[in-house]
Amino acid sequence: MSTFPRTDTSLIGRWWWTVDRWSLTALTAIALIGALMTLAASPPVAERLGLDTFHFVRRQFFFLLLASAVMLATSLLTSGGIRRLAAVVFAVTLVFMVAVLITGEEINGARRWLRLGALSIQPSEFIKPAFAVVAAWMFAKRRQDEHFPGDAITAGFFILVASCLLLQPDVGMSILVAAVWGAQLLLAGLPLTLVAVVALLFLSGAVAAYFTFTHVRIRVDSFLDPSAGDNYQVMRSLDAFRNGGLFGRGPGEGRIKEILPDAHADFIFAVTGEEFGLIVCLLLVGLFAFVVLRGFSRVFRDNDLFVLLVVAGLLVQFGLQAIINMASSLQLMPPKGMTLPFISYGGSSTLALAWGLGMVLALTRERPGPGRLE
Amino acid sequence: MNNNHASQARLLGRLFENRGHPRGIRQQTMEKRRNRLLAIGVVITFAFLVIAGRLIDLTIPGKGAEPLLASASPLRPAVADRVGIVDSNGIIMATSLPTASLYADPVDVPDAGEAADKLVAVLPALNRAEMMVKLKSTARFVWIRRNLTPKQKYQVNRLGLPGFYFQRGERRVYPHGRMAAHVLGFTDTDGLGIAGIEKYFDNVLRNGKASLALSLDLRIQSLLHQELSLAMTEFKALGAAGTVLDVQTGEVLAMVSLPDFDPNVPGSGDKDGAFNRMTKGVYEMGSTFKLFTTAMALDSGTVTLSDGYDASKPLRVARYTISDFHAKNRWLSVPEILVYSSNIGAAKMALDVGASTQKRYLDRLWLLRPAAIELPEVGAPLIPSPWRQINTITIAYGHGIAVTPLQLASAVAALVNGGVYRPATLLKQRRGLPPEGKRVLKAETSRQMRELMRLVVRSGTGRKADAVGYIVGGKTGTAEKVAGGGYRNKAIISSFVGAFPINAPRYVVLALLDEPKGNASTSFYATGGWVAAPVVKRVVRRMAPLLGLAPATGEDAPQPGNRRLAVAGDGSRAARLAAF
Repeated sequence: MSTFPRTDTSLIGRWWWTVDRWSLTALTAIALIGALMTLAASPPVAERLGLDTFHFVRRQFFFLLLASAVMLATSLLTSGGIRRLAAVVFAVTLVFMVAVLITGEEINGARRWLRLGALSIQPSEFIKPAFAVVAAWMFAKRRQDEHFPGDAITAGFFILVASCLLLQPDVGMSILVAAVWGAQLLLAGLPLTLVAVVALLFLSGAVAAYFTFTHVRIRVDSFLDPSAGDNYQVMRSLDAFRNGGLFGRGPGEGRIKEILPDAHADFIFAVTGEEFGLIVCLLLVGLFAFVVLRGFSRVFRDNDLFVLLVVAGLLVQFGLQAIINMASSLQLMPPKGMTLPFISYGGSSTLALAWGLGMVLALTRERPGPGRLE
Repeated sequence: MNNNHASQARLLGRLFENRGHPRGIRQQTMEKRRNRLLAIGVVITFAFLVIAGRLIDLTIPGKGAEPLLASASPLRPAVADRVGIVDSNGIIMATSLPTASLYADPVDVPDAGEAADKLVAVLPALNRAEMMVKLKSTARFVWIRRNLTPKQKYQVNRLGLPGFYFQRGERRVYPHGRMAAHVLGFTDTDGLGIAGIEKYFDNVLRNGKASLALSLDLRIQSLLHQELSLAMTEFKALGAAGTVLDVQTGEVLAMVSLPDFDPNVPGSGDKDGAFNRMTKGVYEMGSTFKLFTTAMALDSGTVTLSDGYDASKPLRVARYTISDFHAKNRWLSVPEILVYSSNIGAAKMALDVGASTQKRYLDRLWLLRPAAIELPEVGAPLIPSPWRQINTITIAYGHGIAVTPLQLASAVAALVNGGVYRPATLLKQRRGLPPEGKRVLKAETSRQMRELMRLVVRSGTGRKADAVGYIVGGKTGTAEKVAGGGYRNKAIISSFVGAFPINAPRYVVLALLDEPKGNASTSFYATGGWVAAPVVKRVVRRMAPLLGLAPATGEDAPQPGNRRLAVAGDGSRAARLAAF
């Protein structure tokens, strides 16, 4: 592994010796499994849609390569660079989010996609990490400067972002953004009573969503009473895990991918379970958990509040996204369309996550000087 | 020493820090944040552990859980084995055979032309052009042919064509073909019952464990089918219907409706063939209803067997004139009214009984509501509303009311079995436990009715039903069919309903012909006595030995009609009566 001598003080050389190579290895492993699973799960979906068999495979491979580049480039940035880039992305995506509401075309009852020439992007994927960084920045600045209204600004931004998401409507994404912001609120050191009040507000918001959005109600109802609702996809997903067993039915031997419309995205974990079995699934769960906990441990002793909040926020987002996707496939919660990081098909999702994890890598690099305790 | 110094310094340092020094506060805040980060980490770890646990729980098969391959495939789940139907002796009437059905996934068929050529060579019933259309479609599932024989399946397998698969299925088979078509009904291609018992007991048949046992006796069903078919051909009738009931249990031993169909080939019969005349068809029954008129008159005490009515001239009510077919033009006793089937006598008797009593008795005999038989094809009787005096009169001899032949047979069973009504059933009943019935007539009335019915066969219109040795009693019925608001003289429903042995009845036998035409052998008569009574006679003669009833002959033969109840000849005023 050590291709660079310790004495190499070039940009790349220093990066190599300071970056968390454990996290890097785990993320690479996840991306490789993702490439494999796209190869397994997406051809039947592409054929069903009348596309070229390897349509999704080619695109996702390209996205993964691009994502690696984005992640590595981001991980080279300094704390200040990260902050500035995120602020710019936040501003731009916020504009895009509003544009989506106005011009975006409706797909499956929601406006989430923005067409930019040949490109079609989902701005909400990018606003998640951008908002996490901006919020962390504001929280941290408030702690340095008593007079800076950082907490109020993040609250305002949060309301803005959540409103845009709910208008699309994208309830799942709103819950994710709320959870990340709530975690940052907690970590910023705000009184527990305040955190509890915010948590209560979120809870009542979730209840309100249940009564406001028909599709949310249907999904929750059919989760609570499986015999009543249309559980077809989840039932097939559970069958897939059962049929997979310990070692899986073998690559390409899965059947669920021929049935489920979202086999390459929301239900790719079920395809993994059916074709590669329990052991690979557990490995994947372990890798996701490892990335989150490893990141947490890297910032545990870090005195820089901004670093702590960004890393924790982004890792909570990354971890929750994985948890929600897997739990949906396993009928542990009502089905929620959320991508499994670096495994599910999706350009916006993959690139946004790569950028986010790039920031995590950058901020968890070994830094000399007063930033570290002991 | 050095160690002591060092630890003292550290202790001092800690005390110093904790005393409100800015660095100490900062340290405390960071401590708080670390604890909270730790808490979030624990929560996330817990969530991942739950997912891992769920994965293990799902994947490692526990208590006998099997991998659900069948439901993970894009095919419809195979219909579970449908249980068979047997007659009361356990003979199979309907059963399901496992078959293989061939389907294709056109996307996996590399060369549609080659595949079509090879398939047509093996399965000549296939059309090559149709095959090409199917195999070139973009669907992922097309049926090629259902229900292949094992040999055909072997041949298709030997072709080794990719993209073709078999689905295990079932095929419903009725080994006796048409014989009990209307009772059994049939199933559709997916094995769901859509007529007859197959429909009525669809759930039972789909989920049952053992065969469904019917009350039918296939031997009797067979001979009834045969006799009715012969009569229908002989008299060029449009249709025929018949049944045999056990008078003590209500069990239907045989039920035939002609024309019929082959349940093995759904859709083989035309619309008329699918129509169950026994349970769905409602007909004005004619004179057989005089049995009920007489029974209610005797039971309510309106008349006794020695009473009578003047039938010397036609009865005029409003603009109607009621006259007799076998007119005697004199006073007739109650037995004579039945024996000679006098409309005038029956009408007068009904007028004495009164409309409300008439309605009450007919309702008790289940003639005013649809039969409670285990078939989906049940017709509702047509009854007059309002029930005027003229209706009371015409219903007395079976006109102005239309019921199903099954209702008639069930009501007659109650007349002869001691006066207890039991709904007809197609299910085999447990032996020794006659189902609880409802008393509708006094036992004495039933006894008198048996005498009268024997008299009709011995000396009246039903003589052609007298199967020697089996002591048949019964009543003929001939009704003009309603058409275009009036009665058509030439279009008649001719029937005979009988019971035997009439001294201790076991079975009711009914035969009905729809628009029979008389021929030379019947002197061109087509009435119930000429065309339907002989059918009942032949059926009784053939079925009695099968059911273990020996003919009574010679001196020992009970001849109740002969010895104890005689009809006076012309000029005599009353019938002499004796205890039965």
